[in-house]
Amino acid sequence: MKAKTILGSLDADLAEQVSRRGALTRSGKMAGALAIASMPVAFGLMAKRAFAQSGTLPQAIIDVLNFALTLEYLEDEFYRTGLGSGVIPSAATPIFQTISTHEAAHVALLTSTITSGGGTPVPKPTFDFTAGNTFPDPFTDYPTFQALSQGFEDTGVRAYKGQAGNLMTNDAILTTALQIHSVEARHASAVRRLRGQKGWITGNQSGIASAAVQPIYNGEENTTQGVPGIDTAQFGNAASASEAFDEPLLRADVEAIVGPFIV
Amino acid sequence: MSTKLPEKDSELRFLDRLARSTGRRTFLQWSGITIAVAAVGCSDNNGPTPPTGVDLGSGDPGVLNYAYALEQLEAAFYTQVVASFYAGANAGEQSILTDIKNHEVIHRDFLKAALGSAAIANLTVDFTSITFTDRASVLGAAKTFEDLGVAAYNGAGKLLLSPDYLLLAGKIVSVEARHAAAIRDLLVANSFAGSDVVNGNGLDRAFTPSEVLTLADPYITTTITANNLPTT
Repeated sequence: MKAKTILGSLDADLAEQVSRRGALTRSGKMAGALAIASMPVAFGLMAKRAFAQSGTLPQAIIDVLNFALTLEYLEDEFYRTGLGSGVIPSAATPIFQTISTHEAAHVALLTSTITSGGGTPVPKPTFDFTAGNTFPDPFTDYPTFQALSQGFEDTGVRAYKGQAGNLMTNDAILTTALQIHSVEARHASAVRRLRGQKGWITGNQSGIASAAVQPIYNGEENTTQGVPGIDTAQFGNAASASEAFDEPLLRADVEAIVGPFIV
Repeated sequence: MSTKLPEKDSELRFLDRLARSTGRRTFLQWSGITIAVAAVGCSDNNGPTPPTGVDLGSGDPGVLNYAYALEQLEAAFYTQVVASFYAGANAGEQSILTDIKNHEVIHRDFLKAALGSAAIANLTVDFTSITFTDRASVLGAAKTFEDLGVAAYNGAGKLLLSPDYLLLAGKIVSVEARHAAAIRDLLVANSFAGSDVVNGNGLDRAFTPSEVLTLADPYITTTITANNLPTT
């Protein structure tokens, strides 16, 4: 009963994945036992196992989730402030509303996952979206708002990608992170296209006038993929090959990028 | 018929291709036949006749073959799209579709090269349900393929054991998601991350190989079996 309650308090989608995985891994081993076990007992066991998997997340995973939460806080506050500021023309408002709704959902999901996993969600930082006056008017100048939006989304894609390997010990958490990752990429594509850019990143080109955003794009020009490396430009050209693969960022590089936006 | 053996380099390349395209066991069976005779069949790049069925295999190579199968499907689709654009395709649409075609071809060829001799054979596709002269039909199919690709990679991440392969999948899936967003917005404004693909928790879809292959099946003639893929 206790396990069931805690599962219920988990985000519904995550809980479903956790219990489905528990059921899958158990189904083979438990086939014999299930045949003689009463169904209520069997389901109780599954719920307990699922809880054991999600209920005590290793600190390493909590750390990654808190890192992601910090980025989601940044995006969430950025869009909420933008939507409330009047900087966004009405034609583009639905786009940023869609994105804002997702970022708010990511904050809620990560917070509940960290809490359910026995961790403590990091508090929301105080943000300065001018980054110390590098971008003086993000909520009065629409091009600046759009450029920052693109930068944050492209950073988010690289940040989640860079952390996937650190989540491999937990299938449910890894899958959830991947499901956020591709949503950030959808956002990035939409905002880039709204700015008249391609939805994908060519070379290390930011398409943004400010050199301050360049670290977000450095490394995206890579065309060597896999281990051992294969030069993917041979299957087309260097521009297409750089577009065809998005590159990860290390946590330290992401923190250096978002650091100026955190007071 | 060529009476001269190929140059050393091209001979090696040919042997490599033969090994990759037919599988190691078949290659070993073939190796008793003289190179010159075997070369005749392949010198015009026809290659072996595609098989009626392929098995993706097991472990990480199996998962990569699963990705390779989907990339073959996408690459074949966009290659046909750009060979003759639908009526009324404007410059922006042609540019997007050409870019995507280039990306999918690179994904396909990269995965084939990475898999080496473990790569499945070329799939035979079936696009009879798509009207390539019609914008809505082409973009609708593109949306299906891109959203499906995103869901497939999202669901396959946990099946991989190698962090290197997981990273590779991550590098590809976000580009598929960028494609999906662009295609969707060509069809319907502000549908780049619609509620049909992104749920209330802000999560994209994640499908099992079985779910994905069932949805891809109408577009692929070759029978694909995935019984040996990992499930966790």
